[in-house]
Amino acid sequence: MAGTQWELPPELCCRPLAFVALTGLDVVFNAVHRAIWDAFCANRRADRVPISFKVLPGDHEYPKCRSKRTSYEWYIPKGILKTGWMNKHLNLVPALVVLFYELDWDDPQWKEKQSECATKVEIVRTSLQGRNTKVAVVLIQKKTPLPPGEDLVASERASALCNACDLSGKSLFVLPHTDHLVGYIIRLENAFYEHAQTYYYTEIRRVKSHKEFLNKTTHQLLFVRHQFKIAFFSELKQDTQNALKYYKTAYSLVHELRVHETNMLEIKTMAGFINYKICRLCFQHNTPLDAIAQFRKHIDLCKKKIGCAELAFEHSAWMSKQFQSFGELFDEAIKLGLTAIQTQNPGFYYQQGACYSQDRKQLAQQLCQIGASFPAQVPVETQSGGLDFYGQRLWRQGHQSIDPPDADKEKSGILALQMKERDVPHSELIIALLSNAVAQFKKYKCPRMKSHLMVQMGEEYYHAKDYIKALKLLDYVMCDYRTERWWGLLTAILNTALCCAYLMASVKDYIIYSMELLGRASTLKEEQKSRIQKNLFRVLMNEVPEAEPECDPSSVSAARSLWTDRTALAGSNELTIEVQDYVPFIQCKAKFQSPSFHVDQSIQLQVFLRADCPHPVSFNKLAVSFSNQEYNQWCAAKSQGPDSLTLLPGKTKCCNFSFVAKTEDVGKKVEITGIELVLGSDSGRCVFLSWRGAGGDTASAQEALQASRSSRRWWRGLGARQELDWDSLTVQHSTMIISRIPKISVHLSHQPPVLKNEMYCICFTVQSQEAAVAQDIRLTAGLKPGQDANLGLATHVTLDGSSVCDDGAPALLTDVPLGDLKPGEKLERCVFVRCASTGPRVFLFQVAYSIDTEVEGRQIVCRCHKDEMVTIETVVPFEVSVKFVSTKFEPLEQVAVDIPFLLMTDLVSLSPWPLMLSSSSLQLLTLSSSTTQLQSQLQHVVIQTGECASECFCLRCPSGTNSANTVATGQYLVSWRRQASGPDGPLIQTTVSLPHVILESVPVYITADLPSFGRVRESFPVRYHIENRTALVQEVEIAVEPSDAFMFSGLKQVRLRILPGTQQQMLYNYYPLMAGYQTLPQLNVCLPRCPDSNSLALRRFLPQHIFVKPQGRQLDDTSIAAA
Amino acid sequence: MAVCIAVIAKENYPLFIRSVPTQNELKFHYTVHTSLDVVEEKISAVGKSLGDQRELYLGLLYPTEDYKVYGYVTNSKVKFVIVVDSSNTSLRDNEIRSMFRKLHNSFTDVMCNPFYNPGDPIQSKAFNGIVSGMMVQTG
Repeated sequence: MAGTQWELPPELCCRPLAFVALTGLDVVFNAVHRAIWDAFCANRRADRVPISFKVLPGDHEYPKCRSKRTSYEWYIPKGILKTGWMNKHLNLVPALVVLFYELDWDDPQWKEKQSECATKVEIVRTSLQGRNTKVAVVLIQKKTPLPPGEDLVASERASALCNACDLSGKSLFVLPHTDHLVGYIIRLENAFYEHAQTYYYTEIRRVKSHKEFLNKTTHQLLFVRHQFKIAFFSELKQDTQNALKYYKTAYSLVHELRVHETNMLEIKTMAGFINYKICRLCFQHNTPLDAIAQFRKHIDLCKKKIGCAELAFEHSAWMSKQFQSFGELFDEAIKLGLTAIQTQNPGFYYQQGACYSQDRKQLAQQLCQIGASFPAQVPVETQSGGLDFYGQRLWRQGHQSIDPPDADKEKSGILALQMKERDVPHSELIIALLSNAVAQFKKYKCPRMKSHLMVQMGEEYYHAKDYIKALKLLDYVMCDYRTERWWGLLTAILNTALCCAYLMASVKDYIIYSMELLGRASTLKEEQKSRIQKNLFRVLMNEVPEAEPECDPSSVSAARSLWTDRTALAGSNELTIEVQDYVPFIQCKAKFQSPSFHVDQSIQLQVFLRADCPHPVSFNKLAVSFSNQEYNQWCAAKSQGPDSLTLLPGKTKCCNFSFVAKTEDVGKKVEITGIELVLGSDSGRCVFLSWRGAGGDTASAQEALQASRSSRRWWRGLGARQELDWDSLTVQHSTMIISRIPKISVHLSHQPPVLKNEMYCICFTVQSQEAAVAQDIRLTAGLKPGQDANLGLATHVTLDGSSVCDDGAPALLTDVPLGDLKPGEKLERCVFVRCASTGPRVFLFQVAYSIDTEVEGRQIVCRCHKDEMVTIETVVPFEVSVKFVSTKFEPLEQVAVDIPFLLMTDLVSLSPWPLMLSSSSLQLLTLSSSTTQLQSQLQHVVIQTGECASECFCLRCPSGTNSANTVATGQYLVSWRRQASGPDGPLIQTTVSLPHVILESVPVYITADLPSFGRVRESFPVRYHIENRTALVQEVEIAVEPSDAFMFSGLKQVRLRILPGTQQQMLYNYYPLMAGYQTLPQLNVCLPRCPDSNSLALRRFLPQHIFVKPQGRQLDDTSIAAA
Repeated sequence: MAVCIAVIAKENYPLFIRSVPTQNELKFHYTVHTSLDVVEEKISAVGKSLGDQRELYLGLLYPTEDYKVYGYVTNSKVKFVIVVDSSNTSLRDNEIRSMFRKLHNSFTDVMCNPFYNPGDPIQSKAFNGIVSGMMVQTG
């Protein structure tokens, strides 16, 4: 790949690991050695020590160590860092060489083997002449060693071997080849690691020691080199903190170097390397902010260091690489757990990298125009392999003076580099960076940034002449900009897309983009629009359009021939374009004149069209399609002459259509499903612009909103304006077909409220005002559906009012045929309603009929209906109150068994209308009537509102009834009707449940026979009957209290016994002394055997008072004479 | 001083954009448009925690290599965006704030104009004048 010149070398980007070479292992043929090697290199997880192992042959030649200079006095460095140095220490010069040798302590040929081992060690040592690399020996043994100190032979032979090989005891290891190989290996490598660390430590010391020989004038490059080396060795030693410190020093030293045009590249290259290391370590130390700060500093320092003006693209390439590699470091850190945020994520660095790559491309285009042939004599293969030092020019390596040594060579070198740059696939690089950035911004919730980058990618594909990919990307983001209404940006994208479409000769795309560029969303100037429109017309005429001015002239001729091929193709010259999702140059809005039409009216539809382009547009055909396709035929306009259907720029054209709805569509919606406009002609190309629904496009909703805001404020007051305001035109995409207006009147007459359970009569009168006969009149009457469900059960409707309907009658009578009605005639009917519960109800009376009418010359049969709704309250007709009283008309709480009492009923009328009570009766359960009632006392009584009708019944609870209990008494039945309903009206029976009574039994019952009145000084007899109702003999004490108003004779105080079921009589003569309502002498009765009954309880049966008349005078003669 | 000043409607379409005429106008449009990502994010983050008690000034939205983009959101969610050249280090946060305040005041005046229909592009001369005063004067 051509970008490799700027790639960071892999040895820089890797994590430096201590290098340990293993020799004496035959991993190909020796299974034991193979197992050992596998144990070293397999499963190197993070918990193993960071070492990179390599198997080398025992006689491997290590890089020669150059003689160490003792003085730097005359030394002038040729560059900062040698290209091979990092690789040398990573992969070539080991920190430790380990010699594996198979030798058991008790080997029979110990002596020979020992000397062979020593020889091998010596070979390695010789090869490493001058280096500080350590050597260690590992004895591979078959036997498990004894614990240290126990095997005397072993320790003796070990020290002998150490002596022979000139090894310290710490560098001799034993590897028993047993089951626990991996465990031994891990212990071994830990020991190796310690040796390696010591090695790198001494290396660091060695490099540091050079410092004192350096001077600041001639050895500036060496300061950087040494710091870099120390830092790199620290990294190998895994001392990253110190490594970071040394890299930072190196970084500041790099910028202290004298900068001139010839070494600019070298300085930047090294600065880039060191910066990379610093950022990498900062991320590794989890201090991302330090990394970002370092990178910013780096960029700020290097941004302006462009270097050679003719090779300015190199600077951009380098900058791009800086950003890219930082982005990659950042991304890597995120993968390892770092959290990035929306405003600080790798995407920004990739994006900036792409930006610099774009600069590079531009600069390359400017600078590499020369068509000169390749100057063969200058080597420009600047792969690092060809260079001694990083960042130097191949034609003047090691040269550090300010001016180039050879001006001609310099010139041809630059030329060669420019030539080379010309072949770089810049777009590829840019697109790769951009797509990296897109992925990042997608992750960090930046949809707009993502769109922007995709536009850039699209443009880059366009430059790279990959128009299909370009259009795919641009198309994808266009709708984002369209919905966000950034017209300026949309126009710019459309322009690029139009160029793509032109260069590809893609007719459909070309038309779509042209249409939108001509539309109102485009911010193009009038003359540009004019040019585009002319081109569009050419395409419609099946001619070749002119090239877009922005197009690359070199591609235009190819495009032109593509277009010619396209136009020559017969057939496929019809195109359908869904314009709804664009902002096309022809706007369309359709509207039904009204949201609903009666079926006997013609439906009015207006289609408004408007062109936003600079030149008039003619169209061929306009067609509207509906949800019911049978209407489509009525709403199509076809061009009659050449210019009959022309849209003038900025003017609104209105096409009116009208059609008659089908009668079966009554109650349904007629919807516009689409509008189609045909541009062009059959001879050229036909383009069908199609709108879904009733027109409008992506922008029109917002425009309508804005228009509504403004019209609300201002335009309404200004009144009729000449030009229809396009934006405030609202789309009416559907209309309801509703039935014809009935020309009949329905009148209801009734007398509310409804009395509960009555047969309520509602009379309705239908009067026809139609000009023709209303046929097949049908009545639907009753409870309006959709009310409380319980109302439906408690409401019954019938046409028969002669008797009370039963519960089987429906709540709503439907489709009762009433025959025909001639013009001007009248029809009367009654409907009866019975409501079994109170409360308001809505009743519906619907009279439906059919009639023949004519609409626009077409005969249709319309069904119309007139609805009448009435709310009627239901009330109870009367209230009945019931009470129990004693024969003395005293209210009773309990009813004594077998003692007569009275039942009083009061019936209060609540009806606003007079009620006729027909009869009333009692249905008794436990009780029995004392009298045989022949006729109701209420018969044929008429009561007005608020009047009360009372009845009285004498009742008795028969003896033997289980006493001390509440018992149901029965029901009170009243038959009634409204007085106004006449003698034929059905009677309604209302049932009132009588209250329960509490029964009691009395042990002794006393009654008194006494006259209804007394007269002064005329004695009257009073007989008391005392009855024992128990099954026991009762002892009764009777005493009569004296009274002022009476004298009396008889037993004043007596004590007697009454046998069960018998009665005793006491006779007294009372002689009244005073006239008036007098209290009788009180009879005190007490039952000593029944202490719970007192005299007061018994006394309530007895009369308390009697009216005493004054003494009468005899009508004798003397009195007459006196008179 | 600013190189680009924009007013963005609640629905995120531009009501007003002006940039220094010498430079690529389209680039500023993209810059302002992409900055809305951050504005949206900041508004939604505030909405969750503090309810209506938020500061109108959003601060630095994001730095690019060449520009710094600052944002401000009115209570009616109209956004102001000011783009400043990155090399212009003399501008402090306070000055940016006062620029926004001035912009907001002028915008309020525009809104008070009974002939201005909210949501339409701003064409007020007075507003334009205020913006011109805040832009980098070129040539």
